Amino acid sequence: MTAAPETVERESRLRALQRFLTDNPVVILVLVLVALFVVTEVVNRHQVGEPFVTWNQISTTLLVAAPLGMIAGGQTLVMLTGGVDLSVAYTATAAAFAISWQGTNGTLEGILAGLLVGVVIGLANGVGVGVFRVNPLVMTLGTSSVIFGLLSIYAGQAFEKRIPDVVTTLGRERFHTYLPANTLLWAAVAAVLVLGLSYTGYGRMLFAVGDNPLASRLAGVRVWQVLVAVYVLCGVLAALGGLLLVGFTNNPDLSLATSYLLPSVAAVVIGGTSILGGWGGYGGTILGVLILTVLGSLLTLLDAEEWERQVIYGSIIIVLTAIYARATRSD
Amino acid sequence: MTSATVTAHEYRGVPAWRRNLRLHGWTIGVWLVLLAMVPYWRSLSQQSFEFDIQALAIDALPLCFAAMAQAVVVISGGIDLSVGSLMGLMNVISAKHMIGMSFREAILFSLVILLLSALAGGFTGLVITFTRIPDIVVTLGMLFVWYGVGLWVMEIPGGGAPQQFYDLALGSIGSTQVPGAMVIVFAALVVLWLPIRWLRPGLSIYAVGSNRNAAYLSGIGVARTRVGAYMLGGVFAGLAGLALTATAGIGDPNSGSIYTLNSVAAVVLGGVSLLGGVGGLIGPIAAAYILTLSKTILLIRGTDPNYAAVYQGILIILVVVIGGLLSRKTHR
Repeated sequence: MTAAPETVERESRLRALQRFLTDNPVVILVLVLVALFVVTEVVNRHQVGEPFVTWNQISTTLLVAAPLGMIAGGQTLVMLTGGVDLSVAYTATAAAFAISWQGTNGTLEGILAGLLVGVVIGLANGVGVGVFRVNPLVMTLGTSSVIFGLLSIYAGQAFEKRIPDVVTTLGRERFHTYLPANTLLWAAVAAVLVLGLSYTGYGRMLFAVGDNPLASRLAGVRVWQVLVAVYVLCGVLAALGGLLLVGFTNNPDLSLATSYLLPSVAAVVIGGTSILGGWGGYGGTILGVLILTVLGSLLTLLDAEEWERQVIYGSIIIVLTAIYARATRSD
Repeated sequence: MTSATVTAHEYRGVPAWRRNLRLHGWTIGVWLVLLAMVPYWRSLSQQSFEFDIQALAIDALPLCFAAMAQAVVVISGGIDLSVGSLMGLMNVISAKHMIGMSFREAILFSLVILLLSALAGGFTGLVITFTRIPDIVVTLGMLFVWYGVGLWVMEIPGGGAPQQFYDLALGSIGSTQVPGAMVIVFAALVVLWLPIRWLRPGLSIYAVGSNRNAAYLSGIGVARTRVGAYMLGGVFAGLAGLALTATAGIGDPNSGSIYTLNSVAAVVLGGVSLLGGVGGLIGPIAAAYILTLSKTILLIRGTDPNYAAVYQGILIILVVVIGGLLSRKTHR
C-alpha cells in the first residue's frame, strides 16, 4: 500500500478509538444517556415550558426504572449463558398476586410466597433448559403460557387481598424527598450482581458456559447445574421486580408486568450483553434500563402511541445486536 | 434421491417399504396418533360426526397454516418467532379493508395480503442474512415490530369480510360433507409446497437446513435459499392470518399471539427437528389437528376453558421436551 504516512496514522488512531469504544461500551452508553436527557430537556422546555432535568424528575426516573432494573438483572444473567427468559413478565405478575394473596396471613408470608413463586417458575425453566436441553425461548414461552393460564383462572376468582405495608413502602416511598426506597434495594441487588459476576466462581462459570458450553463441560463445569441455578436466580429477580411493581400500584392485575418483557430484553441488549452469551455484564444493563426509562418519558412527552413504542423497541433490539455483532467481529 | 436428509448408501439393499417406513415413520406415527384419538373423541361427543369434523377443521385452520409457516423456516435451519404477530398483522389488514368488499374483490385482496406477507417474511430473511445475527434475535425483534404495526392498523378488534369469504372456511365442498377448511389446507400443501419440495429449491432448503457449510460448498446459494424459505413462511403466515379473519369473523391485533408457541409445538410434534433439515409439512399438519383436538376433548369433558389452556401449555412443553430428547438421540 502506498498510503501517505499521515492517513495511516489517522487510520490507526481511528482504529484505536474504535477498539477503545468496543472494549468500553459503557462510555458510549453514558453519552447516549446524556444526549437523551438533553433532548428530553429541550422537548420539555418547548412543550411544557419547564426544565426536565430537576432533582425531582431524576428521582422519579430512578423510581420508575427500579422494577425494570430488577427484571433486566435476571435477564442479563440468563442471556450471559446464551439463553433468554420470556417468562419474566408473567413471573413478576404471578409473584405480585402471590404477595397480595398471602399478604393477608402476614407480611413475611406474603413476601416469601412471592419469592417462592419466582423460585418454582425458575426451577421449571431451568430443568427444561438445563436438563432436557429444550431451546430456552421455547421453554420459557411455554411456561409463560402456563402461568398466564393459571393466573387468569385465579385472578378471575374473588379473593381477599392485602399488600403488606413494607411492600408499598418499598414500592413508592422516597427518603429525604429524593431517594426512592426501591432504588436502595436495586442498588443493593446491583452491587451483588456486578461483584458476583466478576469475583465469584459461579459468576465466571456463567460467562464460561455462555461462551462455550462444551468446553466448560470438558473443563469440569456441571453445565446443567449452572443453568438451573441461573433460571432460578432470574425467577427470583423477576419476583422482586413484581414486588416493587405491586408495591407501586398497590393493586395486582393481570397486565401488571406485561409491558416489561420487551424492555427487559432490550435493556440487556442495549447494555452490550451478547444474546449469544459469554459477553457483557450488569453494568451495561443498568445504563440500558436508564436509557429506556428516559426514552419512555421522551416518548410520553411526544405523545407516542403504544404501537410506536413496540416498533421502536423491536428495532432497537435488531439494530443494536447488529452493531455489537459487527464491532466484536472486527477484532 | 428422494430426500436430502438421509444419504442413499445407508439404505442400499434395504427393501423399499422399510426404507420408506424409516424415512416417514414419524409422520405416519403422528397421523396414527390423530386417528387413535378420534374414537375416544367420538365416544364423548353428542354431536354428529359431520358436525364435529367440520368444527375441528375450522378450529384448527389457523394453526395448520401457522405450523406450515414455521415448518418451512425450521427445515431451512432457522426459527421464526414472528409467525404469530405477522399472522395478527395480516388478520387486521384483511379485516379492515375487506369489510365493504364484494366476494370477488375480497379474493383479489387476499392475493395482495399473501404478497404483503411474503414481502414481510422476505424482509425478515434479508435482515437475518445481511446482518448475520441469529434468527432468534431478528425474529424476536420482528415479533414486536409486526405487533406494533398491527396495533397501528387497528387498535381495537373490528372489521370483517363478505359472507362468502367466511363460507370458504366455514362451509363444506358442494353437497358433500367434506369440510372446506380441511380442503383448503391440503390444497395449499399441494399447490404451494409440494412443487417446491420436489424441485431444486426444496432440495436446497433441506440441504441448507441440515448443513449450511456443506450446502455452500456444493454451490447452493445459502442466503438466497434462506430468504426464500422465510418468504414461503411469510406466505403461509399470510394464509394463517386470512384464516383468522375467516374463522373469527373480525380482525384483532392480539389474535396471533398464541400461535408462535403453538406453531413451534406443532412443528416439533410433527417430526421437524429444530436443528433443521429434517421433516416435512404433512406431519406438522397432523400435529396441528392433534393439538386442537386435545383441547376440544378437554372442553367436551367439561374442563374450565382456562384450565384447558393450561393443560395444553403443559402438553406443548412435554412434546418439546420429548421431541428434543428423541431428536438428540437420532442425531448422534
